Amino acid sequence: MNRAGFSAAALVCLLLGIWEGAVRIWEIPVFILPPPSQIGWTAIVKAPLILPHAAVTGAEICLGVLLALATAVPLAVAMFAKPMLEKALSPFLVASQAIPVFALAPLLVIWLGYGIASKVFMAWIIIFFPITVSLLQGLKSCDPEYRTLFTLMGSPFFKTLALLYWPWALPQFFAGLRVGVSVATIGAVIGEWVGAQQGLGFLMIQSNARLQTPLVFAAILWLAAMGLFLWGLVGMLEKQIITWKS
Amino acid sequence: MLQVTDLAKYYNGQPVFSGFDLHLPAGRFQVLLGPSGCGKTTLFNTLTGVTFKDAGAITWQGEAVPHLGNLCAYMHQKDLLLPWFSLMDNALLPARTRGGDMAAAQDRAGQLFFRLGLGGYESHRPDQVSGGMRQRCALVRTLMFDRDLILLDEPLSALDAITRQRHQHLLLLLQTEFGKTILMITHDVDEALLLADDIFLLTPMPMTLFRRFSPALPKPRAFDDPKLLHTKAEILDHLEKGGVS
Repeated sequence: MNRAGFSAAALVCLLLGIWEGAVRIWEIPVFILPPPSQIGWTAIVKAPLILPHAAVTGAEICLGVLLALATAVPLAVAMFAKPMLEKALSPFLVASQAIPVFALAPLLVIWLGYGIASKVFMAWIIIFFPITVSLLQGLKSCDPEYRTLFTLMGSPFFKTLALLYWPWALPQFFAGLRVGVSVATIGAVIGEWVGAQQGLGFLMIQSNARLQTPLVFAAILWLAAMGLFLWGLVGMLEKQIITWKS
Repeated sequence: MLQVTDLAKYYNGQPVFSGFDLHLPAGRFQVLLGPSGCGKTTLFNTLTGVTFKDAGAITWQGEAVPHLGNLCAYMHQKDLLLPWFSLMDNALLPARTRGGDMAAAQDRAGQLFFRLGLGGYESHRPDQVSGGMRQRCALVRTLMFDRDLILLDEPLSALDAITRQRHQHLLLLLQTEFGKTILMITHDVDEALLLADDIFLLTPMPMTLFRRFSPALPKPRAFDDPKLLHTKAEILDHLEKGGVS
């Protein structure tokens, strides 16, 4: 392990130690704040209970990511190809980010029901924006001298897109995707809070109401792990695809 | 044959050049020599249609054309190689964007790689080879445009002095071996003297051709040829005066 990794691990251990110690010394009731040891233990022994919920939330996030990719990529390319379109759409894009997802969640449940669709849609709303914006910025950052070269080669737009713009934008696209997958959990969980029959958000609300606080924390732990896993997966994919030094 | 008449380009109301004339016979190597920032690159961008001309006419092979964008190949001081492609894929870009017989293009590029000393490096990425090799790959790509007219925009100025000398004779091949018509802009007097059939000295803002030298010496030339040194002294003298007035 490198030095930075070691110091990070040491810091986490220290904080967890303080938490554990404080809970035991002041005898804080478990339903208010369980010690980290119990949270970890619950996360493991309750895995048979948590896993099906985690699978549902994971599916919602993954579908949200796929939906976001399928819409954000064409939109960013279209806005790049037609600057008029970018001018027309960017106020709406920004406005869509100004509306809190929390405000939309109850409506989406009315429209799309208690099933998985409303959560996928919530995740989509959240992931869509960072991917679109970062991909568009990446495409626009292409060096004009390279553009001139392709213009002089008489290259049609979609060939230039495939050979020049897209690879050029890939690092920024991946940056946006990484942000997207790490915040996607927010959308899915909020959707589940508002109305659902399964999922980690549903489990948290249920356990919270029954004062099963360790289970709430265990669900949060699983959620964080899933976010980290997706983050790492995107990072690995990026390393596989971007093999050149820019 | 290229004929440029009365070409003008304004920037913020100021002429970068106006009433600019140029006559470039087929197969000739002409060099525009002037200080950096005198509008040479704007001239090339106007000729190639990257920016619109404000006035003037361009004639190529007797036909009036709006610009030379799809008639010329272009080589820049930056190699402009794509880091995600191998040298071979970079050289094949003009063929790929044009479409057509890729196998034939690959054969041709392979021969050019060999001719320019890049044989065996076809599958290397640009970041794995030297600046000189990258510029030679850019030269292959320029030839793969398959166009008779080549515009060179200070093609060697990003190379160090030693590498540059070794690459000047490769530029000469464009004319002597591949029969191209060449218009080059540079601020390197020695490079102009070694390569050019005609050298035009430029005045800055607005840019005009104010003096022409046509060293009628066979190529390849030697740096220390007395006739060349004589012309060089004359050019330097003119550049100095041009700078004062």
